[in-house]
Amino acid sequence: MIEPTLACIALLLGLTCAAALVAQSQLGRSIVYGGSLVAASASLLIALFSLAAAPSTVTLPIGLPWTGAHFRLDPLSAFFLVVVGLGSIGASLYALGYGRHEQDPQRVLPFYPAFLAGLNLVVIADDAFSFLFAWELMSLASWALVMSHHREPGNAHAGCVYIIMASFSGLALLLCFGLLAGSTGSYAFTAMRAVHPSPGIATLALVLALIGAGSKAGVVPLHAWLPLAHPAAPSHVSALMSGVMTKVAVYGFVRIAFDLLGAPAWWWGTLVLAVGGITAVLGVLYALMEHDLKRLLAYHTVENIGIIFIGLGLALAFGANQLPAAAALGLTAALFHVLNHAVFKSLLFFGTGAVLVATGERDMDRLGGLIHRMPKTAFAFLVGCVAISALPPLNGFVSEWLTFQAILLHPDLPQWGLKIAIPADGALLALSAALAAACFVKAFGITFLGRPRTRVAADAREVDRFSLAAMFGFAALCLFAGIFPGVVIDLLAPVTQALTGTHIPTQLGVEWLSIVPIESARSSYNGLLIFLFITVSASLTVLAIHRFASRALRRAPAWDCGFPDPRPDTQYTGASFAQPIRRVYGAVVFRTRETVTMPPPGDTGPARIEKHITDPVWDVFYQPVASAVSHLSLVLNVMQFLTIRRYLGFVFATLVILLLALALWQ
Amino acid sequence: MTHGFAFDVAHMLAGSLVLVSIAMLYQDRLYALINVLALHALVLAAAVGWQAYIQQAPHLYITAGIALGFKAIVIPMALRRMVFRLGIHREIETVVSIGLTMLAGIALVALSMMVMLPVTAHADPVAREDIALALSVVLIGLLMMVTRRNAVSQVAGFLSLENGVNLAATGAQGMPLVVEISVAFSILIAFIVIGIFLFRIRERFDTVDLQALDAFRGERQ
Repeated sequence: MIEPTLACIALLLGLTCAAALVAQSQLGRSIVYGGSLVAASASLLIALFSLAAAPSTVTLPIGLPWTGAHFRLDPLSAFFLVVVGLGSIGASLYALGYGRHEQDPQRVLPFYPAFLAGLNLVVIADDAFSFLFAWELMSLASWALVMSHHREPGNAHAGCVYIIMASFSGLALLLCFGLLAGSTGSYAFTAMRAVHPSPGIATLALVLALIGAGSKAGVVPLHAWLPLAHPAAPSHVSALMSGVMTKVAVYGFVRIAFDLLGAPAWWWGTLVLAVGGITAVLGVLYALMEHDLKRLLAYHTVENIGIIFIGLGLALAFGANQLPAAAALGLTAALFHVLNHAVFKSLLFFGTGAVLVATGERDMDRLGGLIHRMPKTAFAFLVGCVAISALPPLNGFVSEWLTFQAILLHPDLPQWGLKIAIPADGALLALSAALAAACFVKAFGITFLGRPRTRVAADAREVDRFSLAAMFGFAALCLFAGIFPGVVIDLLAPVTQALTGTHIPTQLGVEWLSIVPIESARSSYNGLLIFLFITVSASLTVLAIHRFASRALRRAPAWDCGFPDPRPDTQYTGASFAQPIRRVYGAVVFRTRETVTMPPPGDTGPARIEKHITDPVWDVFYQPVASAVSHLSLVLNVMQFLTIRRYLGFVFATLVILLLALALWQ
Repeated sequence: MTHGFAFDVAHMLAGSLVLVSIAMLYQDRLYALINVLALHALVLAAAVGWQAYIQQAPHLYITAGIALGFKAIVIPMALRRMVFRLGIHREIETVVSIGLTMLAGIALVALSMMVMLPVTAHADPVAREDIALALSVVLIGLLMMVTRRNAVSQVAGFLSLENGVNLAATGAQGMPLVVEISVAFSILIAFIVIGIFLFRIRERFDTVDLQALDAFRGERQ
């Protein structure tokens, strides 16, 4: 079944070439995005059918000579192809409408299908060379898309940071595969599975995989590029980068850690859990401080990657202790969250893109009251907000609930390290879920509720039908996966079966469409029931309010129509909403300082409040590295202006030293 | 016996190439250097021709022919003309120090023996000796390029380096002819380009001493 997938990828690559020719014309947009939509739909269908099928492989005579390019479609690849396919369909459909507002289509259209092709190729690659090639294709194409509006302030900086981080992740993965290839020197994944590296090598490979895949996924402290690059790209590309590309990075980690490395050590789980917990909490704290919608969403991607890595860490910890059922539960939770996050984060980026098209603004403190002007976008965005805040009955709740179910299994583990680390991670997860809810109350409330803060917000208009179709399609998916989670869990069964040796109980036979991850005496959840309950009780509440409160007689001051102060500036802003949380956590984590300057008596100037936030990650990790690199290049600058003979001399000396080393080594 | 004889001759020819390389290090006048370069190519042609005979590989005769025709006759004559037209035939180069350079050359031969002989322990003995000696020819060529200042003698170092590569390639059996020919052509083209550049440099700066060029490089302005 892999050949049709390759055909889809070939179609996407063909579209890239075609796009270079037709990008300028009016028809170009429809051809590229329509073609991408067709290819992505076909790829999604194939992937859905091959989820439960036996792995199929193919070797193409391209790539490295004597090696060829190996491709393989197994359940794990198929699942991630589903995620990529869903995201691509949504983004292509959305872009059919959104792309109309693109000023330089020739900078976006050729790279878009190439980016999709790269995403698809990574998950089916079956040797290190093809994998890294596809990985770099994905990075470079997305970099070109980030740089498409390179003249806007900040975008060139974002592109620079992004390409550095992308090369860094490629380098780490290259070294990781080098270690895994071992002495046989074969880069095919089948050969790597057969080699069992020594514990030291395996640990080093895991750490490199965590760094390489993690920096692409956005694990703290390697997340610095996400909040820069995501806002710089066009919105449908932001959605793909945030919703899909980070998931492909997760795929890279899963493939290496669960498939290629062999039996895990128990404390790998601790490492991944620690990284996941810190990423989740720091990501959401960053997000709370933001008032740029796209940057806020980018930081939330960091948080959700943390949640996914917590699930993966649980699976590693349980797997190392021969508790396959619990490992399968952790892995199911993580992969379910991968799917969920791809759906709702794309939806939220589409919503942000719609707001951007309607108003030209991403800063929520310059928006407000959009629910009156753009009710449909507001509704879809609200569904996304509820889903990402992990509120029932939507899908985000199910995957986080499953993660908690896996966390609650920790007393079965023998190691005290894990017994302490896992509940601590549970606490971090709970904290991040609560803060995420607060953050999306802010994001939705400040942007869509209240009164418009600027003229552009007051004049906003609802977006086109394609964009709305994409948003509502994803909103429906959120609801579907939330009230029928058993369907998704059963689809994931072959994946966990392949990676952990077992899967959690089949859910579709359970009565009333409940899900029972372990056993019914322990825990169960019924999304449909909760959905019905919420619908009924909310309707009754609305009825009651309209019946009894709206018509009730109230007394108010004359002539102010219910608004004591009519200026929109007096509403809550993003910063003022986040202020309590900033005071509680920010003082420690971000060293926030607030200074209030009151004008002296008699001065008519305004009072000012200034806040200073320092990013600990930049200070602790990036600044030292940057200054070390700059120092080193200053030192090496001497080498810049030598004579030709000296350069030849260096070549000669290096050769002789290496030969000497070789002679003495033997 | 025949194998032993074949081996001895191949060994002798390759060894002579190293000897000529070391002799080249000693030359401090350009005409003498060019003569030794011609001798170098002649010995190479003989070595390759012998390889063609003992390997019964007729295409190696073409390689030997190229070495004889181009490297032993055409290129030295062209270099000689160049030196004459540039008017530097009387020039005595300032070399690092001939005694030191030759000691370094001997050390390089020892080094390449130490590296190559254990590595190729299981290889065919003819190829094994050839490769070890060829590596020393390459290293001495590089040493020549590093220690000389004059552009013409750097060209000579480069050509002797290429001769070493050629020796190694013919010693290993099964080198395709097309590779040989393309290498020969690339050398020829490199030679032409270097020749043109030499005249251009001379036109511009009145010297072919590379030391003088450094002062004119764009970075130093």
